[in-house]
Amino acid sequence: MTVLLDLEHVSKFFPVGAGPDQLARLKRRLSGGPERLPKVYAVDNVSFVINKGETVGLVGESGCGKSTLVRALTRLVDVSDGSIKLGTRELALKPARVFARDRDRARIQMVFQDAGDSINPRFTAFDAIADPLRRLRHARGKALKDRVEAVASQCGLPLALLSRFPHQMSGGQRARVGIARAIAVKPDLLVLDEPTAALDVSVQVIILQLLQQLKRELGMSYLFVSHDLSVVRLLCDRVLVMYLGKIVESGPARAVFERPWHPYTQALVAAVPRFGDKATERLRLKGEPRSPIDPDQNVCRFYGRCPISASDCKTKAPALRRFGNRHVACHFAEEFVVQRISPVHEAQANPQI
Amino acid sequence: MTDTTAAVPRESPVASLFRHSRYVLAQNPVTGFAFLLFLLIVLAAVFGSQIAPYDPLASNTAQALKPPSAQHWFGTDQLGRDVFSRVIVATRLDFFIAVTSVALVFLMGGLAGVAAGFFGGWTDRIVGRIADTIMAFPLFVLAMGIVAALGNKVQNIVLATAIVNFPLYARIARAEANVRRDAGFVEAARLSGNADWPILVSQILPNVFPILVVQMSLTMGYAILNAAGLSFIGLGVRPPTPEWGIMVAEGAAFMVSGQWWNAFFPGAALMIAVFCFNLLGDGLRDIVDPRRRT
Amino acid sequence: MTTALALRVEQLSVEFRTRSGIVRALDNVSFSIRKGETIALVGESGSGKSVTAYAVMGILDPAGLVTNGRAMFGEIDLLAASPRRLAAIRGGEISMIFQNPRTALNPIRSVGRQIADVLIRHAKMPLRKALLQAIEMLRTVGITDPARRASAYPFELSGGMCQRVMIAMALAAKPTLLIADEPTTGLDVTTQAVIMDLIADLATELGMATIFITHDLALASQRATRIVVMHAGQVVENAPTADLFGQARHPYTAELIAATPDSAADLDDLAAIPGSLPDLRRSDLPPCRYSERCPRKIERCAQPLPQTVIDGEHVVACWNPLPVHARLKRAIGAA
Repeated sequence: MTVLLDLEHVSKFFPVGAGPDQLARLKRRLSGGPERLPKVYAVDNVSFVINKGETVGLVGESGCGKSTLVRALTRLVDVSDGSIKLGTRELALKPARVFARDRDRARIQMVFQDAGDSINPRFTAFDAIADPLRRLRHARGKALKDRVEAVASQCGLPLALLSRFPHQMSGGQRARVGIARAIAVKPDLLVLDEPTAALDVSVQVIILQLLQQLKRELGMSYLFVSHDLSVVRLLCDRVLVMYLGKIVESGPARAVFERPWHPYTQALVAAVPRFGDKATERLRLKGEPRSPIDPDQNVCRFYGRCPISASDCKTKAPALRRFGNRHVACHFAEEFVVQRISPVHEAQANPQI
Repeated sequence: MTDTTAAVPRESPVASLFRHSRYVLAQNPVTGFAFLLFLLIVLAAVFGSQIAPYDPLASNTAQALKPPSAQHWFGTDQLGRDVFSRVIVATRLDFFIAVTSVALVFLMGGLAGVAAGFFGGWTDRIVGRIADTIMAFPLFVLAMGIVAALGNKVQNIVLATAIVNFPLYARIARAEANVRRDAGFVEAARLSGNADWPILVSQILPNVFPILVVQMSLTMGYAILNAAGLSFIGLGVRPPTPEWGIMVAEGAAFMVSGQWWNAFFPGAALMIAVFCFNLLGDGLRDIVDPRRRT
Repeated sequence: MTTALALRVEQLSVEFRTRSGIVRALDNVSFSIRKGETIALVGESGSGKSVTAYAVMGILDPAGLVTNGRAMFGEIDLLAASPRRLAAIRGGEISMIFQNPRTALNPIRSVGRQIADVLIRHAKMPLRKALLQAIEMLRTVGITDPARRASAYPFELSGGMCQRVMIAMALAAKPTLLIADEPTTGLDVTTQAVIMDLIADLATELGMATIFITHDLALASQRATRIVVMHAGQVVENAPTADLFGQARHPYTAELIAATPDSAADLDDLAAIPGSLPDLRRSDLPPCRYSERCPRKIERCAQPLPQTVIDGEHVVACWNPLPVHARLKRAIGAA
């Protein structure tokens, strides 16, 4: 497997309060406030690779940092620390502000969650799909028109719809426009940020199958971000689970969902409604997530909510460790990896752990 | 909603705009009426000097202050000039003032406002302070001051009107740009290779335009009234140039002695024009904003 | 076994007057719910499930008009009741919770006060007592440190907490019926699980009937004992959960199940639903609004919809229902 995108120790912090504003910082200094502002650790020391032709899933709930991570690796936003290598090239060196004009801009593209919001309401479908071709490929005139029509057809969008505005189209049609626009410049990596979240179940099927087909036809890699585990299970080869800015588990998609190891993943999988499965209260998470502001780097992020929450967990944060083709960040990984017992059961059976 | 794959004929953007305009006008007769009136005003502005039966500047003291009659539909003024001709010819000047003021303030205020809303930071602060400074003055006094300082020329009236309206346009444009700066389509535009200024111009400005359009039609009316007001007090346009404001000013003196037509007809023309522009605003917005299209 | 009914909706039809025509949103919708029962109203967007709830609660958009039907709440027809009577019932005996908790709460009133408002209005409590009871309600719905949180404003709370507040408001006056319109759609899946547990626990405690409105079939299967499937403003199938998933009889239900990711082992096993929703503005809509997209359509489908009863509890509105033991996946085709 050749590596397409390599992220190492990527972190993104946001100062809380006045922020990077010069004037406000000055005011604060003069009034005797603290030198260093507290920071929200949206993404904290994340490392992973995406290989050519792979579909990697990124799951996690609100506040886990996946949106920030996605915006960082698509270079819409700068990272605070770490490296993002596309092939051999280090992307983090070039500021996000000017990346739009970069020669590698076309290689990473994104399909947005709300297709309606991601298309300019004053642009027709044609304009929307043509924009990246005009800017990044300098296409004009007939060549442009032919390419737009070819891409639209490839995405199952009737050519007659190209002169319509977003609000004149159905949700599924808008989703197709968003996809067509993203693949028009033939990217190597396509990031899909919850592309079917706003769609009905029947339309979702069509779009997912389209994405699968396009991937085969164009040989792209996918990073599929979603909170819908059942969809990730069907579409992805590998999956990364994020919690409060860190990756807590990763591995082949089917394995992670059928035999989750990290307690958070277990709770996540248990919470997904399945057909014919009566709801079980066994693995419910109590309370609210820990604060992402200046977290104590010696405490596991999941401590407190985790059913285990042992003394080890609050003195040393677990590192992401490898077990075969899976990674888990938990001190008690061995217990259940080897014995294949749920750690929750273990904790309930032996309260002194 | 499930997908529709029914065949729909593809039409050109111009044809689509035409069809939509016809629809808007049919739906709302008031807008249709406003458009008709607007068309009349434009015709009067363009062909005024050809249609006018008399030379607007030709004085004929023998015929002074004659009431409306078959030869002089609107009567004559104190110098024997035909009021009807003067009213018609004045349309061009007043219309010109209205259109250029609005164009100037749209460019100045619109661009400054979207830049302030989009970039934030120092741009926002500077534009904000400029707007605050302008708003600190009573607006007509400010207009008076600008024209008095720069000279009694039509372009200065236009400039004064634009400056006085700048804060309003900047504020509206800024708010709209601010809301949209984090929108999905802006991010998508960055991914598509658009740098900051291209986004501002090709993505944000077209979205702000429909909202400013309504304001622009109101400003057109205000511009004419402003010019009229300035002329009334002796600034701005000087006699004998026909302009509705001056005509009302000069004619006002004769109202008391019963020669009402001198001030009435230019005043009525003013009123009709402003009324028409106001009505136009809503209709224009319906036509220009693609979200209104079905 | 005939337990008393909490609500009986009969032949409910609703139309909306819009710029582009009259939308026939609901067509003779009928279903009932027993006291203490939990049912789910399931359908895609445009199916009319939310419109049904809004019509029953009397909070339809002004452009909406109930053209037929009754909604019997005990002896009272909610659709014909006076505004005063309705206002007394709403919040007191029938409560509703909405999809987006943050926008459903008043942003400039503290959450404790909003709960107290319900108690003052419906339980006729004096202010001080109501505020104390509001704190108790917050504790019941699982909000920690309720005394302090009671003076918080909605924007200070997370989505999950806001939804708990809304539940507290809805349940404060101990209603007999709760209508929950997509209560967990904006929430994380772990929060969703906790919130659904909470509603279920409180429903059992209060003996309250619950109608869940959702597009998530898997969620409905987990939480409801009976499911009512809607399509284009019509009820197509109404069955106990196990029966519905074990043996769906209406072609649309089967297609819906086959399109849900959870039901498939592989992406290629998922099936899209053929055709598309009919335009509800048409005046020539066929009696069965699914017939134009249905591969099992027969001549008889031109007749008004039947209400075929199978096994007492399982009702299907179809002239050519799926035969028993037909495979759910890609079953359509063999008549």
